[in-house]
Amino acid sequence: MSAPLLQVRGLTKHFPVERRSLLRRPEKVLKAVDGIGFDLSRGQTLGLVGESGCGKSTTARLILRLIEPTAGTVTLDGVDVLSAAPEALQRLRREMQLVFQDPLSSLNPRMSVGVNIAEPLRFHGIGTRSEQRERARQMLDIVGLKSRDFDRYPHEFSGGQCQRVAIARALILQPKLVVFDEPVSALDVSIRAQILKLLLRLQQDFGLTYVFISHDLSVIKRICDSIAVMYLGEIVELGGSEQLYRAPQHPYTQALLKAIPAPDPAKRYDELGGLEGDVPSPIDPPPGCRFHTRCPRRMESCALRIPDLRDRGHGQLVACHLYD
Amino acid sequence: MAEPILQVQGLRTHFTTRQGVIKAVDGLSFNLEAGKTLCIVGESGSGKTVSSLSIMRLVDLPGRIVEGQILYRDTDLLKLDEAEMEKIRGDRIGMVFQDPMASLNPAFRIGDQIAEGILIHQEVDKAEARKRTLELLAQVGIPHPEARYGDYPHQFSGGMRQRVLIASAIACRPDILIADEPTTALDVTIQAQILKLLKEVQRNLNSAMILVTHDLGVVAAMADYVMVMYAGRMVEYADVETIFAQPRHPYTRGLLESLIRLEDTRETELAPIPGMPPDLSRLPAGCSFAPRCPAAIETCGARYPALQDISGGHQVACHLVADLAPAVDETVP
Ligand SMILES: Nc1ncnc2c1ncn2[C@@H]1O[C@H](COP(=O)(O)OP(=O)(O)OP(=O)(O)O)[C@@H](O)[C@H]1O
Ligand SMILES: Nc1ncnc2c1ncn2[C@@H]1O[C@H](COP(=O)(O)OP(=O)(O)OP(=O)(O)O)[C@@H](O)[C@H]1O
Ligand code: SF4
Ligand SMILES: [Mg+2]
Ligand SMILES: [Mg+2]
Repeated sequence: MSAPLLQVRGLTKHFPVERRSLLRRPEKVLKAVDGIGFDLSRGQTLGLVGESGCGKSTTARLILRLIEPTAGTVTLDGVDVLSAAPEALQRLRREMQLVFQDPLSSLNPRMSVGVNIAEPLRFHGIGTRSEQRERARQMLDIVGLKSRDFDRYPHEFSGGQCQRVAIARALILQPKLVVFDEPVSALDVSIRAQILKLLLRLQQDFGLTYVFISHDLSVIKRICDSIAVMYLGEIVELGGSEQLYRAPQHPYTQALLKAIPAPDPAKRYDELGGLEGDVPSPIDPPPGCRFHTRCPRRMESCALRIPDLRDRGHGQLVACHLYD
Repeated sequence: MAEPILQVQGLRTHFTTRQGVIKAVDGLSFNLEAGKTLCIVGESGSGKTVSSLSIMRLVDLPGRIVEGQILYRDTDLLKLDEAEMEKIRGDRIGMVFQDPMASLNPAFRIGDQIAEGILIHQEVDKAEARKRTLELLAQVGIPHPEARYGDYPHQFSGGMRQRVLIASAIACRPDILIADEPTTALDVTIQAQILKLLKEVQRNLNSAMILVTHDLGVVAAMADYVMVMYAGRMVEYADVETIFAQPRHPYTRGLLESLIRLEDTRETELAPIPGMPPDLSRLPAGCSFAPRCPAAIETCGARYPALQDISGGHQVACHLVADLAPAVDETVP
């Protein structure tokens, strides 16, 4: 098998926590991402799921080196992203793109849609001005917008159309890797499938590799080849998408899957799973297994020892003492 | 059939803006019985929130209820003066809003904010109001109510704040509970807790519930009846089984077909509804869904289809309703 396009090892981000005390310097850190790792092959999609605050967006920003990590390595196509010097990093930036939940946040409201799409070419000094405009027009067509939309402004577009513009802008540099951070979460149900269909077609046509972040497990399953389930800054389960849904091993993955209400009126609220209690703070995560405070299957050893993420004979990686 | 506790007739709520008149709710009629749950679904901007706010008479300018009748038992809420309405709001009709942070006052203690509502509506002293508040906090699953009574909103997690809002909404044992996207901001494992709590509360009080959501999974889990809104109007209404098994409006069908389900695989065809949601200030002449409707005929662009009762309370607003055979939902085993 060929080397993976993206390799992540021991990736960690601790944010210092501000304390309004003159005498005590802030000693505490918020462990947003705490030693995660995975491989992603060319043309594949990895899904990152987990509940609010578990570290998905921070992971995305670390991979693209939009923020500096506390520890760990990220390798894209054999090149170390985190130690790359400014020029090498500039080149790497053309090969990795990020698409956000709110497309307006990545578009300039004072520039026309066409100029917004062409902007990365201008920034990297690729082609003449008219070549840049021509390329932007082609991108409009590729993402299913009209050529006459070139001179319109972002506020004249609906959420779904703005997301198409943001995708066109992300793809104009022909990146190898695209990270999508909740790209359809803000869209209407009737529009969501339009955008997902577009993303799948683009991946086919251009051989793109995706990291796809979402808290919607149905969407993740439909889109991804493999899935990493995160809880409080850690990956607790990692495996092939079909396998993980058919036979989830980690009690947290199992709970997540049971908590999603199915669009089937034969399954009523009283059959919903769910978990006791709230998600603990990432400032003082529980010792041992971070999930033990809410785990329906916890044992005495769970609070004492940290379970490591490894293959426990089920075809996926699991971090849980149940399978020791 | 039980006497409805709420009857909405021909409700129109319009916003007068520089872009023109936005008909956010345009001719809404439905009934709701005690103990039953009505879920309202629809695209963003289809009028779900404005409908809820209209029932509470909380629509602010430039919005105005221009027409209609909202009967709570025998009282037309639209005929009450503000003082009379205040006696009903938060007492007989309780509301839980989407964003708990926006509806709690950050400067006041959690417990006092709930007790305040009890003091306004019931003839009890402070000690009694405090005692009831502690009971309510326990009832909605806040651990150690005595210790948490004096906390401020920022000291609570998102799920706990939503519990506080529910406690506050049910403090006076309302006959009608309106919840506008009460779990949209929450994680799925917390959502499951809150949905069960809402049902438990409803069962204890035998209250009617209106639940606004865009999540069809939540609808399937919670609803007795479902109203589907599109561009300010009700396009379909039926009991929950019928909506999922025999949707008749092309928009409802499109919505169900475009859903991404957990049992889907990578081979499952994605079936989006084409086109974009309409601009309410520039609605087409006929059926608002016509520009996106795969089944549209010429009449659809010309006249708005009247709502028809096609069988035992199943209502549909579509010119083709007689022609459309009931769909068989193959995904339900
Ligand atoms: N710049 C920052 N400074 C301090 N803490 C931060 C910062 N950015 C993120 N965090 C914290 O790191 C944790 C992980 O945040 P992150 O945004 O990665 O979560 P997420 O999984 O993307 O959540 P969501 O689903 O809500 O988007 C959270 O507790 C968050 O509050
Ligand atoms: N204060 C206002 N001024 C002008 N228009 C308004 C105002 N409030 C609501 N509207 C309009 O009324 C329409 C219905 O809005 P409403 O908030 O009821 O939608 P909704 O169905 O609840 O949508 P969502 O799913 O996004 O919450 C929208 O098109 C909105 O633009
Ligand atoms: S290690 Fe223990 S607490 Fe953690 S998930 Fe497994 S059983 Fe539960
Ligand atoms: Mg995020
Ligand atoms: Mg709303």
